[in-house]
Amino acid sequence: MEAGSLTPRATVRGGRSIHERSPRSRAIDPLLKWFLSGLAALILVLIAFFFIRLFIEAKPAFDKFGYLGFVFDNSWVPSQTLYGALPLVVGTVITSAIALLIGVPVAIATALYITELAPNRVRAPLTITVELLAAVPSVVYGLWGIAVLAPKLQPAEQWFSDTFSFLPLVGGQVSIPNYFIAGLILAIMIVPIVSAISREVMSTVPSDHKEAALALGATRWEMIKMAVLPYSRAGISGAAMLGLGRAIGETIAVTIVIGNAADIGNTIFSQGYTLAAVIANEFGEAASDPIHRAALIAAGLVLFVLTLIVNAIARYYVNRASRPASVPKGMAG
Amino acid sequence: MTAVARKGLRPVSGRRRRSDLIARSVVLLFTLVAIVPLVAILYWLLKEGLGAWSTSFFTTDPTGRFLGDPGGIRSAILGTILMVALASVIAVPIGVGVALYLVEYGKQSRFANTVRYFVDVMTGVPSVVFGLFVYIVLVVTKVAGTFAAWKGSVALALLMLPVVVRSAEVVLNLVPNSLREAALALGAPRWKVIVKIVLPTALPGIVTGSLLAIARAAGETAPLLFTAAFVLGSSADLSQRMNSLPLQIFNDVGQAQDRLVQRAWGAALTLVVGVLLLTLIARLIQRRSKLAP
Repeated sequence: MEAGSLTPRATVRGGRSIHERSPRSRAIDPLLKWFLSGLAALILVLIAFFFIRLFIEAKPAFDKFGYLGFVFDNSWVPSQTLYGALPLVVGTVITSAIALLIGVPVAIATALYITELAPNRVRAPLTITVELLAAVPSVVYGLWGIAVLAPKLQPAEQWFSDTFSFLPLVGGQVSIPNYFIAGLILAIMIVPIVSAISREVMSTVPSDHKEAALALGATRWEMIKMAVLPYSRAGISGAAMLGLGRAIGETIAVTIVIGNAADIGNTIFSQGYTLAAVIANEFGEAASDPIHRAALIAAGLVLFVLTLIVNAIARYYVNRASRPASVPKGMAG
Repeated sequence: MTAVARKGLRPVSGRRRRSDLIARSVVLLFTLVAIVPLVAILYWLLKEGLGAWSTSFFTTDPTGRFLGDPGGIRSAILGTILMVALASVIAVPIGVGVALYLVEYGKQSRFANTVRYFVDVMTGVPSVVFGLFVYIVLVVTKVAGTFAAWKGSVALALLMLPVVVRSAEVVLNLVPNSLREAALALGAPRWKVIVKIVLPTALPGIVTGSLLAIARAAGETAPLLFTAAFVLGSSADLSQRMNSLPLQIFNDVGQAQDRLVQRAWGAALTLVVGVLLLTLIARLIQRRSKLAP
């Protein structure tokens, strides 16, 4: 009957109720919270430190050649301490462009086939196969590229070069390591990521839209053209940009197959260089030469900023695609 | 009205049917094109790589001699295993910790979203830049000597960290809130909920994500180039230079000798088999777990 019997005033040492937690147990909670927050903050500190250190170490090169001078001077001659990164920037642009031109259509087609056209039985094995391409290390792509692909493709490239020499950037003697081979290897390397993200985006296309198109008498392809592609355009652009980010930063495979010549080649079948390749290739000689080292770190910084911009754009598109708000008014629901 | 009804459904015109057929064939063709490189690479890896494999290939160190026996890849295999193991020991706990913060405490706060954004930024940083960073911070400044295996592990860990965080975050988010609430209602403190409920439930998914990150790190060359450097002999001393499979391959590819390129194929096959095994194990664990991301 008494309230006291329902809530016995049992206490442990220190006079606190047994319903209360011990001070030690209570102390762990904020500790864990602060510890985990600290780990998260560590990431921010790390990235800030990362950027600042790279910048400080690259500063001598920027001071000597100027920011624009470093990026746009066409003379990379370490023996004369000339460091203008234009040949590297051009190489990065050409190889990434080739990679996108070849890789993105193939990746989108693969994604379309898997999500819209493939028989159910084929879907899972095909997905796994494409993903396996991502598991192959880049040095293995380089090995295969230089030992198998480049020599085997050389005759075909030479034929193409002779036949279509009226096209810009085509013609002349084909060297075995060249921009095109590097771009082709990069294309193979970006297919899995572009395809995976495109697939994800395409699977969010509402089946209402697709069924509506089919019900109106559209063929499969017309359904893809009218319902799937317009809906997932932003996501596919984002996927392509993420692929571009990969292509720009890829180092070892490109270093092996591009020939490492610090001049801007006349055609896509000439030897070249990229920002990433120069770092991997010349860092050994640069160890004893502070200005050479600073130039390589500056190249790394340019590369870093480039990938940062490309990835930011990519994220913008992918986020826009994954948000349901991206559905045009009147089409939603 | 009546005219339409009388006509009924018009069959698809020949032109439309043809364009449908052509487009679908092109899509199928491109899909096949995507698979060709994988088949070709696997074919050449097996053809050239198996030829290089032998017992002595796995049990001897590379000799570095230009003539005579080039040696095997023992030091490279040991080095890769050691450095990747150390990198995982660094990256996995930190990565899971950050993910726990994001899911259990940070949620959608501004700080948590900033961290998420920068983890994404880290994912996009080229691996060569991570190598360069560790080179600047730890090698040039001569922290405990110049090139060292543990510095290579740090570079690999930086590379793995964002992958671990993102995958762990996805899995932790899949842990049903009802489980957390049930534990909290029974009077469990927050930390106990995390340690006894959330982590065990999410464990298979976290292991899968970590294994995939490890598989990715094992194949990386660029970060090791400037940090662990290349060396012939095998040792377990993490404060010294250490060989690794990717670096061994990279070194051998550049040689003009067929025997060395042959060794590169053998090492490449070893590396690919290892990476694929890790990927396979990761996928099997994922399939077993109920919380498949």
